[in-house]
Amino acid sequence: MAMDQLDAVFGALADPTRRAILTRLTQGEASVAELAAPFRVTQPAISRHLKVLERAGLISRTRRATARLSHLRAEPLRQATVYLAGYREYWEQSYERLEELLAVLQEQETDRSQPGDPTGRSTS
Amino acid sequence: MSELQVTAEPGVPQVLTSRDLDAPVALVYRAFTEPELIAQWLGPRKYTMTVDRYDLRDGGTWRYVHTDEAGNAYGFHGVFHGEPSPDGIVQTFEFEGAPGHVQLDTVTFEEHDGKTTVRTNSVFQSVQARDAMVDAGMASGMSEGFERLDELLDRQLKGRHVTDG
Repeated sequence: MAMDQLDAVFGALADPTRRAILTRLTQGEASVAELAAPFRVTQPAISRHLKVLERAGLISRTRRATARLSHLRAEPLRQATVYLAGYREYWEQSYERLEELLAVLQEQETDRSQPGDPTGRSTS
Repeated sequence: MSELQVTAEPGVPQVLTSRDLDAPVALVYRAFTEPELIAQWLGPRKYTMTVDRYDLRDGGTWRYVHTDEAGNAYGFHGVFHGEPSPDGIVQTFEFEGAPGHVQLDTVTFEEHDGKTTVRTNSVFQSVQARDAMVDAGMASGMSEGFERLDELLDRQLKGRHVTDG
């Protein structure tokens, strides 16, 4: 992914309204009016958010009769979501695994240091 | 059980974390610096972790790759700054899917009564980059949204219902 586009993706995802719009679009395409409904903002304000998302390549827009429908685009989000989605989850899981590993390593050290250890020292 | 503390102040391009571990600092430091140990804990279980290089010295480079079940590989790399020691490790961190977006990470270890507190300090290039990375994943309600998004992306990338075709 080009850096300009990543910047655009980061910029687009930094706004809570735009993140909420993307979440809504995971359930399927939607018109501007449908997207504006949950927010206390005007349809033109939602349209501006949609332009930012479109420029970042996160959505595409088509026309059906009088309505402009927004769709989520999968490709540009693929790399970004892996990177963005789970900062806390990533570290929580990592530290849980680290605790298990440390317990195993400590057991190994205790086993090694017990029989015939001239210092009689326990590392636990 | 110890909790992971995450602090991301508004308007500051920085994230601080803190986590207590029930082990002495010497052992924690080994787990953070020996490639065969790193591969056993760093990252969620759903990824297979491969440490490509880990040249633990001032100016040395590191690289590791997470591979998911579908075979998608996510590479990360960076450079150590200053001599890494149990007092602290300073390194850059760059996701290969976003080249040029570099964060500066400092990890410190503090032992007390046989336990070790690990603290990390990550500095981003902008508040926007920080928020996109951290806030997007942590904002309430969004993790579920991202899970759904992830499922949707999986389905779409398997070739059907791609709307941007």
